[in-house]
Amino acid sequence: MSMTLVEKILARATGQSAVKAGDVLEPKVDLAMSHENAALVINQFSEIYKDTGIPLKVWDPSKIAIIFDHRVPAESAKTATNQKKIRDFVGKQGVTKFHDIRGDEGGICHQVLPENGYVIPGSVIVGTDSHTTSHGALGTFAFGIGATEMASVWTLGTVLNVEVPGTIKVNVNGKFPVGVYPKDLILYLIGKLTAEGANFKVLEFHGEAIKNMSTSGRLTLSNMSVEAGATSGIVPPDEETVRYLKEEAGIDFKGELLKPDLDAKYDQVIEINVATLAPQIAKPHTVDNVKPISEVTNVKLNQIVIGSCTNGRLDDLEVAAKILKGKKVAKGVRMLVFPASWRIYKEALKRGYIADLMDAGAVIMNSNCGCCLGVHQGALADGDVSLSTTNRNFKGRQGNPNSEVYLCSAAVAAASAITGVITDPRGAN
Amino acid sequence: MSHHTSKVVAIMTNDISTDIIYPGRFMATVLPTETPQYCFADMTELNKRLKNKEIPPNSAIVAGANFGCGSSREQAVSTIKGHEIVIVAKGFARIFLQNSVNLGLKTVVCPTIEAAEGDELEILSDKVVNVTKGKSFPIEPLPQARQAIVDAGGLIAYTRKRLLEKTEKK
Repeated sequence: MSMTLVEKILARATGQSAVKAGDVLEPKVDLAMSHENAALVINQFSEIYKDTGIPLKVWDPSKIAIIFDHRVPAESAKTATNQKKIRDFVGKQGVTKFHDIRGDEGGICHQVLPENGYVIPGSVIVGTDSHTTSHGALGTFAFGIGATEMASVWTLGTVLNVEVPGTIKVNVNGKFPVGVYPKDLILYLIGKLTAEGANFKVLEFHGEAIKNMSTSGRLTLSNMSVEAGATSGIVPPDEETVRYLKEEAGIDFKGELLKPDLDAKYDQVIEINVATLAPQIAKPHTVDNVKPISEVTNVKLNQIVIGSCTNGRLDDLEVAAKILKGKKVAKGVRMLVFPASWRIYKEALKRGYIADLMDAGAVIMNSNCGCCLGVHQGALADGDVSLSTTNRNFKGRQGNPNSEVYLCSAAVAAASAITGVITDPRGAN
Repeated sequence: MSHHTSKVVAIMTNDISTDIIYPGRFMATVLPTETPQYCFADMTELNKRLKNKEIPPNSAIVAGANFGCGSSREQAVSTIKGHEIVIVAKGFARIFLQNSVNLGLKTVVCPTIEAAEGDELEILSDKVVNVTKGKSFPIEPLPQARQAIVDAGGLIAYTRKRLLEKTEKK
């Protein structure tokens, strides 16, 4: 029977020769990731064991990853106490993939996992974070779950009652024009699909533009697939995946690179040619409110944010540094940069990107999620307008319901920092 | 199948995100006993009515499509559940719907629902009757896989049963 990539992964994870969309399965989990919300997972995990007389023990401490990233270093006593509770639990249970608040190995979970070689093609990954979809960029079936469901995974090592999702095939061809990036592609696609267009479905990316795209760019696509409602966004693993694993994650991957069958059944096929794509902007207050930059004029900015699991990687910082080198962030505009991991931060320092950004007037923040979701630093004033390379612009997202957030690529953010209004980066250099 | 009458206390649009339901700045608060105070925190009028207990249990919020989109934060479910409100929506986002099933928040998928604030709804197993308008609207049943968790009394009870079975086998 012909299968999509996710069907193949789920067949393997359940020991079956074939599965199809709509089947209800209980796949084995290869990696279970949480961040600070592990505090709630621990609570629910203890509830499951309550009155059973069975000693509290996770199914496999080597398959659990916990990364502190949402509020680091702690912004409040409450967060610090939650982090302490998690640290104690990690010690007692022997969780091995734990990344504490440290400058030598920490960062944002969706960057820390791939760069440490925890994301292996063909595996099933769950995370108590909606952007767990990111890891589909390396050919995994990765999806977000709630804390109670994670407690169940910690107990049993499987995800219960997973309905095999249908798949939308996205064929992306053509060559990206100068100044246009994977972020523009995914924003365009979300605008086309709408915020619920891929609900309960998988986006499977194909085509020469994907083949020629770095894993960093693919991470951006998979990361934001959830903004169209997708359960997962997956890129069939290829030579680039193997290169990334070897050169950037230190893994010599010799396993099978699962591919979807050529005659797999798709719910929908979408064709996109990026050769004619312009920079895209998601306007407030929904991610699918997407317009080409030419239609977003005279938007005066108070804050620019470059960073997050979506666009805080080395290539994003490079693009921004090149545009801002020798220039100045406009007066009255605050520019915040938060690299996706400490490893990226350190490399950006070595290459001089950080100095270029600082000389331009940007504030370099530590690697964390904080201001993307309005929980730690970078809050907006009433009436403020933010332009951000992050993933969501919902009302109140960056900490104030009386502010506005626009989403864009790192190039648009950097070009706009100079002018103080949303600016097309094409021709900025 | 049991049924009850629910008064509509709020009408909401499509794409109500979990940032609207439970803003990120309250995410350090995780316990279901503590989250209800921040329910729809930035919809100040609604939040005030909830906190002042002006909205009785079993009241309904009627929403458009894609309710609960965005973050996987489970607080968005426990905060509503704390007020025993039922959500009747044209559709739900996946993680929110699964979290609701897992925690036992009442969610009703009713793609054609028509209602105004103050209407009385009768929620039956296969349809929602808008008693005020004298019209009824079909419900999309939960997939069987999710219904099994609801029937077990939520995911904690369901997993505990599986844990006990697994331990006995050893």
